[in-house]
Amino acid sequence: LTANRTAKAATRPAPNGRNQSPASRTSQRTPLRKGVRRRAAAGWLFVLPALLMYAVFVLQPLGLTVQYSLYRWNGVGPATWVGLSNYLTVLRDPDLLGTIINSFKLVLFFSVIPVSLGLVTASVIHRVAPGRLGTTTRTVLFLPQVIPLVAAGIIWGWLLALPGLINQALAVVGLAEVTRAWLGDFDTALPAVGLIGIWVLLGFCTVLLLAGMTKIDQSLYESARLDGANWFREFVSVTLPSLRYEIGVCLTVTIVAALAAFDIVYVSTGGGPGNSTAVPGIQIYILAFLERQVGLASALAVMLMLLVLVVILPIQRLSRDNRP
Amino acid sequence: MKVSRTELVAGRALLLGLMAATVLPFLSILTTALHPSGTLPTGLAWPDDPQWGNFVDAFKVANMDALLGSSTFVVLAVVPIALVMATMAGFAIGLLRIPGARALLLLFVLGLTLPFEGIITPLYFLEREMGILNTRLAIVLPLIALFMPFGVFWMRAHFANLPHDITEAARVDGAGMWTLFWRIHLPLARPAISSLGVLMAVWSWNQFLLALVLVEDPSQRTMAGALGAFQGHYATDIPLLCAGTVLILLPTMMIYLLFQRHIIAALLQGSIKG
Repeated sequence: LTANRTAKAATRPAPNGRNQSPASRTSQRTPLRKGVRRRAAAGWLFVLPALLMYAVFVLQPLGLTVQYSLYRWNGVGPATWVGLSNYLTVLRDPDLLGTIINSFKLVLFFSVIPVSLGLVTASVIHRVAPGRLGTTTRTVLFLPQVIPLVAAGIIWGWLLALPGLINQALAVVGLAEVTRAWLGDFDTALPAVGLIGIWVLLGFCTVLLLAGMTKIDQSLYESARLDGANWFREFVSVTLPSLRYEIGVCLTVTIVAALAAFDIVYVSTGGGPGNSTAVPGIQIYILAFLERQVGLASALAVMLMLLVLVVILPIQRLSRDNRP
Repeated sequence: MKVSRTELVAGRALLLGLMAATVLPFLSILTTALHPSGTLPTGLAWPDDPQWGNFVDAFKVANMDALLGSSTFVVLAVVPIALVMATMAGFAIGLLRIPGARALLLLFVLGLTLPFEGIITPLYFLEREMGILNTRLAIVLPLIALFMPFGVFWMRAHFANLPHDITEAARVDGAGMWTLFWRIHLPLARPAISSLGVLMAVWSWNQFLLALVLVEDPSQRTMAGALGAFQGHYATDIPLLCAGTVLILLPTMMIYLLFQRHIIAALLQGSIKG
């Protein structure tokens, strides 16, 4: 308690602080510093619980993943040092490398389409539905974002099944011959999983981009129009640059969702048919917990984490540095 | 803004179409859930004899009462603890600016885009060693830790943007660090904390991977984790599976519709700060 009080006294400015000469200020330095140090120590106590938790349950496993990736281990017996050979296996085995390629294909569906369609939807809401309709659209489109991804997977698993709503609708419009079990077909399984991603992420992108649009200075549009810009020119030269930051956020969130996809794929296809929808997350789970190849699973995990960083960092930099 | 009539009509049609595409899937599982258990209905068809009893069956089969209890336990254990830890750390990094604050922030921010799959394997073996595998702690502890990057980042942003006068005034009045935190900054931070709490609650409730790997007994899992197990057992009985899904969606949907504004705002702020 006493220590606390001294710290308080030391940090409290002298009543006549403003009139102090530089010399008298220097003379106060020693106690002040002491107080600062004590405050710093106490400050660290505030960080400690969060830091401990983070260190034990995130940083430690992170290090362990890297360590495991250098061994062959079945999770029970002794582990054998194998150097980088697990990484080479990932790069050489077409099934394992294929998971990474699949996750990049998912980026098209989870990221490119929702962000583009979100831009269109947001600008439509902004232009033609500023009132009730816009608010309702926002609320409804956002709904898939709050339900568990597992539920989204189950719902769409049923919609895309042979007797499901999608085929029913296709039959109604006379396309009965294209109907199929979309998630069970080698050619359509991945796009079908992608469709689920679009459904989940479109609302998020729309709402975020719309929030950005409402903040754009209207005079920018007016001067663009004075220059004779049409709707498209306006969109390219005013809307897009002003939304650079929001687009960056949308891309970051959705690309991470694609590269690290797990829940939706696990529930809707389990990675099948064959390996046509296998993504790194699913493969890590299968390798580590079903096939007991902990080392290989960890090598893939390290590569997944690096991949996410390599893709996300440039986007972050682009969208932040140039922020107007 | 002047908008042509064609654009008005086309735009509204697009919005209505998108809303239909969002809502129809929900309607489809609702109508399917009302068909007799064990039958194979078509996508969207109102049954002749709606089987409302399917919900009762699914409630029993999915062990829903235990599940609700378990999920609530996870949320109630994770959210308050994670909030306290994140707020204190954010306070020290953003407001007290303790030495090493920048490095600490960087350390936490590194975890922001970390895919959970990256650490799930060692987490399993760690928890096996600690003897907490297959208990609720197995989900609660890592979840708190995994929320730290975002939580600390979020609370730091709040504290770093506060005007300095408040702190100075309090210091002049002789407030110690704990008083400063507990009496002055915590009440002021309430909006930021409650938004963060909403986000953490939704994320905990929906957490799947941790529940799937770290807890074998579905009735000790989170809602989402249990739904995965339920699907495994009842994949063939479509109406019952749909009824179970509707039941599991119900709490989230109700909370969303009640706190819609709050949740959207929180998620948006969250992603923008992130």
